[in-house]
Amino acid sequence: MLDHLSYKTPTPKVIHGAKEDWELVIGLEVHAQVASKAKLFSGASTEFGSEPNSNVAFVDAAMPGMLPVINEFCVAQAVRTGLGLKAAINLTSAFDRKNYFYPDLPQGYQISQLYHPIVGEGEVIVDMGPGIARRVRIERIHLEQDAGKSIHDLDPTMSFVDLNRTGVALMEIVSRPDIRGPEEAAAYVAKLRQIMRYLGTCDGNMQNGNLRADVNVSVCRPGDYEKYQATGDHSVLGTRCEIKNMNSLRFIQAAIEYEARRQIAIVEDGGKVVQETRLYDPDKGETRSMRSKEEAHDYRYFPCPDLLPLEIEQEWVDDIAATMPELPDEKKARFVEGFGVTEYDADVLTAEAENAAFFEEVAKGRDGKQAANWVINELFGRLNKEGLTVDTTPVSAAQLGGMLDLIASGEITTKMAKDLFELLWTTEKGGNPAEVAQKHGMKQVTDTGAIEKALDDLIAANPDQVEKAKVNAKLAGWFTGQVLKATGGKANPAVVNQMVAKKLGLG
Amino acid sequence: MSIDKDTARKVAHLARIAVKDEDLPALAGELSAVLAFMEQLNEVDVEGVEPMTSVTPMRLKRRVDQVTDGGIQAQVLKNAPDAREGFFAVPKVVE
Repeated sequence: MLDHLSYKTPTPKVIHGAKEDWELVIGLEVHAQVASKAKLFSGASTEFGSEPNSNVAFVDAAMPGMLPVINEFCVAQAVRTGLGLKAAINLTSAFDRKNYFYPDLPQGYQISQLYHPIVGEGEVIVDMGPGIARRVRIERIHLEQDAGKSIHDLDPTMSFVDLNRTGVALMEIVSRPDIRGPEEAAAYVAKLRQIMRYLGTCDGNMQNGNLRADVNVSVCRPGDYEKYQATGDHSVLGTRCEIKNMNSLRFIQAAIEYEARRQIAIVEDGGKVVQETRLYDPDKGETRSMRSKEEAHDYRYFPCPDLLPLEIEQEWVDDIAATMPELPDEKKARFVEGFGVTEYDADVLTAEAENAAFFEEVAKGRDGKQAANWVINELFGRLNKEGLTVDTTPVSAAQLGGMLDLIASGEITTKMAKDLFELLWTTEKGGNPAEVAQKHGMKQVTDTGAIEKALDDLIAANPDQVEKAKVNAKLAGWFTGQVLKATGGKANPAVVNQMVAKKLGLG
Repeated sequence: MSIDKDTARKVAHLARIAVKDEDLPALAGELSAVLAFMEQLNEVDVEGVEPMTSVTPMRLKRRVDQVTDGGIQAQVLKNAPDAREGFFAVPKVVE
């Protein structure tokens, strides 16, 4: 599954145009906010939702004479992310100025890393279902400053600018054009998010804008992409457009879908796609040209004279590598191998590191499949429904594990376990499962004598049902149901079934 | 390479420097002279020579990840031509 040889690549999405079929070629630039306390070049806080312009140092406000001093932890976070994407770490990188004017960029330039990024080529395996995955190559990751935030709806004639986000560290993760459909693009961003959350390098909060994506989309005829792969020649592909700044997986998919169809319509009409920057409007569900951006596209990059090249030592990188957590792909493989869960279940269990840890605690030394079942269906299902997480769950991993032990030892039935789970969730919070089960009289009747007597009584009292069951074996279920009822649901259905079959002389 | 009047106008616009039309030819001439000097420097063979970033062997100074600054909203906004409710107020810019 994770071995690069043993998964199949997904089929590229095909869009049927009015005249012919088309495929998509997609590359993404993902901007991930570095999880850090202070900004990339100043000591101001990165906290979200603070009073406007309160997390601003004079450096961030670009006051004359202020100089940037790099936050070493942000560098470490970029290196950690690079290692997580199996990427080359550049021991020497450097900062450049990207020049443009906008009210939320007081410096008049963004400090970025165009020529010498800190992280080089890596890869991400994007799962598209059991046994199917797309390998997306990463071209580079560079560190750069985020811009501030403009608010346009507080005043009819003015825009209000908050520089709290100005200068917060971003990692720009640039992919190769290896993505072949809207679903793959969303899955790629989701996978990056998952990896970075495992690493603790970005919280992945898309709603707050801590993870945003620029998407490059072009369309080509089937077969053209393979030509590009063979030759590396981009000119066999269509002209691409860049859709800027999307902070939702749903929007990313919808925007790509719309943009591809727009381009197909142009080409099929005999027109030419113009390379440009576009903006997705979620209300209208369409993309539109950002003409203003074209005008100013001349960024006049040059090395930032305020910052020496960033040189890091291999030992320092090795120290970071030594503290890497187990990543989603490895964890998933281990769950499938070690606990015998399906790939699908392993996907669900490893979505978040905390969830995976919870499952492991439940499954340790127990039946992995059964544990997965209870954790996914009962626990996660309930948590989702009530807006809780494994950090706020009323039923702990130890309690759930204790419950599974009661089932395994035959002390309670699965049906009782569900009731017990309900009690532990509500009125018996924090209780010891064995004690709570006892207190509420949950004990499976294992005394076959008692079951046998109940069944004998039933058979004696219902000769017509006996005859029916002998003709149609399916009707024997009636006896099982009645016995379970007679024993107050405390008998093991499997045991009862067996006994019914034996007594009635069925297969 | 020489800079013509239109290029000079574009460069001025990108840098947000107001230049009167009649001043553009002179400016274009000066920029061309700068570029001509660059071209002269370009003739030097620097194959295999590392770019010099500092005259003394210095390492880029780092800071630790601690919040040591900020909380100075009033000072940050003090020079702004217009500030309201803690924000810089600028003429409307909408995409």
